[in-house]
Amino acid sequence: MSTSGEQGGLAKRLRGKKRNARPGTAVATSEAAVYDDQSGPGTEVERDTGHLPDRFANPGLRPHVHRMADTDPAAARRAERQVTTLFGISAIGTVMLIVAYFAFPLEGTFESIRLSNLTLGLGMGLSLFGLGVGAVHWAKTLMPDSDVVEERHDLHGSDTDREMAVDILKTGTDESGIGRRPLIRNSLLGAAALLPLPGVLLLGDLGPLPGRKLSETLWGEGVRLASDPSGTPIRASDVTLGSVFHVIPEGLNESSHPLEEKAKAAVLLLRIEPEKVEDVPEREGWDVDGIFAYSKICTHVGCPVALYEQQTHHLLCPCHQSTFDVTQHCKVIFGPAKRALPQLPISVDDEGYLIAQRDFEEPVGPSYWERG
Amino acid sequence: MKALAARRRHPLALVVLIALGLLVMGAAYAAFAPRPAEASTDARGDADRGRELFLANCSTCHGLQAQGTRNGPTLIGVGAASVDFQVGTGRMPLAATAPQAPDREDIDFTEQDVADLSAWVASLAPGPAIPDGEFLEPLDDDEAIADGGELFRINCAMCHNVAGAGGALTRGKVAPPLMGVEPVHVYEAMVTGPQSMPVFNDANLTPEQKQNIISYLTYIENQPAPGGLSLGSIGPVSEGLFAWLVGLGALIGCAVWLGAKSS
Amino acid sequence: MSQNTTARVAGGTADFLDQRLGASKVVRGMARKVFPDHWSFMLGEITLYSFIVLLLSGTFLTLWFVPSMGITTYEGAYAPLNGVEMSEAFASTLHISFDVRGGLLMRQIHHWAALLFVAAMTVHMFRTFFTGAFRRPRELNWVLGSILLLLGLGAGFTGYSLPDDLLSGNGLRIIDGILKSIPVIGTYTSFFIFGGEFPGEVIVPRLFITHVLLIPGLLLAIIGAHVGLVALNKHTQYPGPGRTNNNVIGFPLFPVYAAKAGGFFFIVFGVIAFMGAVATINPVWNYGPYDPSPISAGTQPDWYIGFLDGALRLMPGWEFTVAGFTVPVNVLVPAVILPGLLTTVLALYPFIEAWATGDHRPHHLLDRPRNVPTRTGIGVMAIIFYGILWADGGNDILATFLHLSINDLTWIFRVGLIVLPALGFWVTKRICLGLQRKDREIALHGRETGRIVRTADGEFFEVHEQLSDHDRWLLVQHEPHRPIELEPDTDENGVARPGARKDRVRQKISRWYFEDRVEPVTPADLEAQHAEHHEAVESGTERRESIGAGD
Repeated sequence: MSTSGEQGGLAKRLRGKKRNARPGTAVATSEAAVYDDQSGPGTEVERDTGHLPDRFANPGLRPHVHRMADTDPAAARRAERQVTTLFGISAIGTVMLIVAYFAFPLEGTFESIRLSNLTLGLGMGLSLFGLGVGAVHWAKTLMPDSDVVEERHDLHGSDTDREMAVDILKTGTDESGIGRRPLIRNSLLGAAALLPLPGVLLLGDLGPLPGRKLSETLWGEGVRLASDPSGTPIRASDVTLGSVFHVIPEGLNESSHPLEEKAKAAVLLLRIEPEKVEDVPEREGWDVDGIFAYSKICTHVGCPVALYEQQTHHLLCPCHQSTFDVTQHCKVIFGPAKRALPQLPISVDDEGYLIAQRDFEEPVGPSYWERG
Repeated sequence: MKALAARRRHPLALVVLIALGLLVMGAAYAAFAPRPAEASTDARGDADRGRELFLANCSTCHGLQAQGTRNGPTLIGVGAASVDFQVGTGRMPLAATAPQAPDREDIDFTEQDVADLSAWVASLAPGPAIPDGEFLEPLDDDEAIADGGELFRINCAMCHNVAGAGGALTRGKVAPPLMGVEPVHVYEAMVTGPQSMPVFNDANLTPEQKQNIISYLTYIENQPAPGGLSLGSIGPVSEGLFAWLVGLGALIGCAVWLGAKSS
Repeated sequence: MSQNTTARVAGGTADFLDQRLGASKVVRGMARKVFPDHWSFMLGEITLYSFIVLLLSGTFLTLWFVPSMGITTYEGAYAPLNGVEMSEAFASTLHISFDVRGGLLMRQIHHWAALLFVAAMTVHMFRTFFTGAFRRPRELNWVLGSILLLLGLGAGFTGYSLPDDLLSGNGLRIIDGILKSIPVIGTYTSFFIFGGEFPGEVIVPRLFITHVLLIPGLLLAIIGAHVGLVALNKHTQYPGPGRTNNNVIGFPLFPVYAAKAGGFFFIVFGVIAFMGAVATINPVWNYGPYDPSPISAGTQPDWYIGFLDGALRLMPGWEFTVAGFTVPVNVLVPAVILPGLLTTVLALYPFIEAWATGDHRPHHLLDRPRNVPTRTGIGVMAIIFYGILWADGGNDILATFLHLSINDLTWIFRVGLIVLPALGFWVTKRICLGLQRKDREIALHGRETGRIVRTADGEFFEVHEQLSDHDRWLLVQHEPHRPIELEPDTDENGVARPGARKDRVRQKISRWYFEDRVEPVTPADLEAQHAEHHEAVESGTERRESIGAGD
């Protein structure tokens, strides 16, 4: 842009309009606002602090720069053609969508679904995008783009408005008499306070009370360990070193609430060399020759702990990466879980099938308040 | 020639030269690169030759009698299937100790080599044999595929992802993606439980069930993604990335254009 | 139709509307309202238009979706699920995807629009924050915006849980675990929301009504208030020549903004449609119906819930028992306390900043982020904090594709969460102050032209081109924010002033906000700099060419 003028131009540049701002230091009190000054930079109030104003003055709008379409009729016509073309593309898109709807039926194959999706979507996209770009281009090139200035007005009412509003409120309150009749006021408050309570109460049958449900599963004495999802019982001899079986109690699929039961009773069955597992006297006899059964429900927030790393003997939960060490009876060795996976005590029945000795000795899954 | 020389100082001359160089290098590499070995179940293995190969390539880590050393486990009893899987997919010989033994395209052994190695290891002690071709054939019927899908979700998806896109294990290990894996290798992996993978013996997943899983994997591999680009099939992470980068990026671009003064 | 007929019909319609609705008054008041033009003001529009796309595509989906968890057996196009038992919700989702023309497209449009809705809202929030548009009189609008953000998260979560697939079902499982972790009322809350044990048979219908009625109703009402407040307060504007705190400069609503904003709606809708056409999102058929036993590697929520998932992953496994009752801190802190804290601080920020800085004036001119370094630093700090949590939500994906260990990544993110936000704050503040100094220098000295002039004495000067008034204005217009000064604690009689201690805290915070600052150039500064320069130029030989600034 242009270089500055002469020395005297300094005064000319600063057109003598100054701000009514106090210097920035102000005093904090508990109640008053600090910067009371309602004006911002660039307002037109005079202030005398020597020949130079405190701050620069707003130079006003830049001079307007015309677009090609403003001055050149050929450019305007070109812009018009462009807008028309864009609207035309939109129309083509719509037609494309309509044609595709009939031309590419869904034939039950993924190829046909993909083709239909693509053509319908592209048609739809073109019809919408073309219309939008056309409208915006029209506004940008052909509609007036001179800056329009609109004054802001304070949102708050004038002093008269405020006084009258206060008066109205006062009068109305007086007329209602609530100030003079404490009985009415108090009984109203009391009734109003009580009113919402049934709103909460009526939700009372949203669900049953937990009762003992969280600490009981379908596992019990003699319940066979069965394959998930088929429900076929598992023989001890089937479980070889390095194997992992995903297990449900036999009969779960026939229960009245299979998913709810599975959400507590899912179990992982694996075989590991017995000498690798830490000896814990309380867990004596809970395994069958190195075949161990642990709850599959993560003690963090309940995802299935399904990943078994055969070589490291670690169980990994894929949700938040809690890691459980089988050699330490599924103690947590990494991640956000705290408690070890509960172990299901198992033995073998006389046909060689694996069975549970009893239910878990602690609630499975995530911790909760009453868990104890 | 003269015409060519006359243009030697053309601004694009360098670009053309580089492109030519890349083309030549690429072609040479493609011509001379080792071909991936395909482990076939048909080649008859020569156990003696297998032992030679073993001593030369494997005994450093696995011991002269495959008894195992500090650097590699014993191979006695792992069976032909293990060798066919590990060497056939290029996981073995392992170049360096690392958390993961990745599969490789460039395998140094021929089909015959792999068969010989398998035969020798199988001769050490009984172990899983290379699977019968009958159960390797991907089936086309809905019931098999549906059964395979259900079994896959329960037994495999937690490591390999529901679409076989692969997943993370602890300490830098991964469960690799399953797309493009030969049915025989899928079967052998289930049977032998390689590296971190558990063993799925025939009592856990019967041969028919294994075949159903193979059928499911083949089905989803051959299906186009009906919604368009699959974005890796890894779910909300790639979808979020796409929405932010492509979607919001495009829209902000349009907004910038909208707000800019027209010429 | 001829000109006359058109005119008559138009006139008749106008009269009809005016007689019954007072339309002429509305047109007079509203139609030429001025809106300022800047691309960053379109971010809120992207959000609004995505919401409209959600309403339209969502209505389409409700015509086929069955919000029921009753068991059915699927028979259809997707072989791996043939003969498989699943809920009606899942089956109807498959039906929409595979058997309804345009169904998969609408599902994808709906889901992409949802991701964009929250993404645009977030970026819009950033713009509003960094430019200080939340200051008086717009604090309420900021609070409404925070509520909208929460509702958006809720709408998204309830929405993607509707198909009852393996991915979203595991998400619900995690929610159930979080509910159970709440002290005293946890298990009751869980049983009440799920109608019994997890998963129960009512959660999908309950989420459905929340997703299509309750949340959209609230969203519509609050969006209406939010946009209404913008119209009432008039939009803020960036500082610049001609722009003051008491005007608004831009283009009139009719016809320019009607065309631009209206057109932008179609652009947003079009882009979303393109996304739905070419990119798969939420392929529920891959996941299969929800079952508590299987799970997929790479189980994440949609991106906007990712920060909560990341927080759950980062938290160490702390839990304590007191008198036989368990308090799972490892779940409560990341999933209940953290989001509560973040939302509260977010919603109250305008009031916090106003109290701390003592600035209660109405502001209609936006701040340049560099001129408010502490606020900008706080914003960057918050973004880094959120970003680390968000990134950790995908740590297993990062591990798989970058060949890293998830254990190492977890530790990196844990340490990073504590260290990086503070570091980010400091770096940002320094960058802002540096930019302010650069602004000051350009205002004083002008731009370097690259022309070097050599005088006869052998001195070299680079010619600086002074800025025009218009160009300089942007660099010098901003308020010099200064810390609040304290009144003495006691008055002249030694009586302690009430509120003195609170003011001391306030003064400390105010100093933290504003102590490090660069004053904007004043006319006095400019004149002083000219005088200095002229002295330097004058002292020397007499033969001097007129060069450089001021001549």
